[in-house]
Amino acid sequence: MSKEDKKQSAVVYVKLKDGVLDPQGMTIKNALENMGYHGIKEVRSGKTFEITFQSEETAKPEELIDEICRKLLTNPVIEKYKFEIQK
Amino acid sequence: MKFGVIVFPGSNCDYDAYMAIKTVIGHDAEFLWHQDSSLNRCDCLILPGGFAYGDYLRTGAIARFSTIMKKVIEFANNGGLVIGICNGFQILLESGLLPGAMLKNSSLRFICRFVHIRAENRNFQQPMPRREGFKDSHSALRRELLHPPGRFEKTQGKRSDSVPVLR
Repeated sequence: MSKEDKKQSAVVYVKLKDGVLDPQGMTIKNALENMGYHGIKEVRSGKTFEITFQSEETAKPEELIDEICRKLLTNPVIEKYKFEIQK
Repeated sequence: MKFGVIVFPGSNCDYDAYMAIKTVIGHDAEFLWHQDSSLNRCDCLILPGGFAYGDYLRTGAIARFSTIMKKVIEFANNGGLVIGICNGFQILLESGLLPGAMLKNSSLRFICRFVHIRAENRNFQQPMPRREGFKDSHSALRRELLHPPGRFEKTQGKRSDSVPVLR
């Protein structure tokens, strides 16, 4: 494992809130049906962000990432998020 | 009256706004750069259309944190006049000055056509500016529509009569 790999990082998943119409997801679902993949009830699209810190250990990474999500990465009116901190 | 047209990287209707103020209504106008920290004593601010910061992340999400936006938010909260057009309107939504958010059109298509709009809630039903072809000043206003994200989602719990509903 190289030195770079040891840096602490986080993966953030952002998606539209349940109930908010996701035309991109619907279009993908229709395309899958046309390709012959049946039995799919719903496709919801989203975004992923990989954030790598400069150091191997950051103080309170959960709080920091949560703040970043609320302030910039998501719009709380339409989107929700979850994240994983990776050591 | 002095108008300030805010220029973000990616604004593309800034000169239209500037020229409209100068030549159509004949008021003073100047450009304000997004990194400026002064509003140069402008009486009214215009956030023009375009694609500020390439619409990266979400439309208006990055522009909302520009240096000048701190001043714009302060100015608006003190009762200052701010006009957001298209992309500029979306920056105002992201900044929290206006309630709600914009989503991609449900058709996923870029919409470009003329529409007739009229305020549906009574407290916003003011006479619209007279337009050629309309006898009644309360008639709908013919406006151009041109955008990929034009689906308005209102903030949960906000009373819908706090914003004009246009149809």
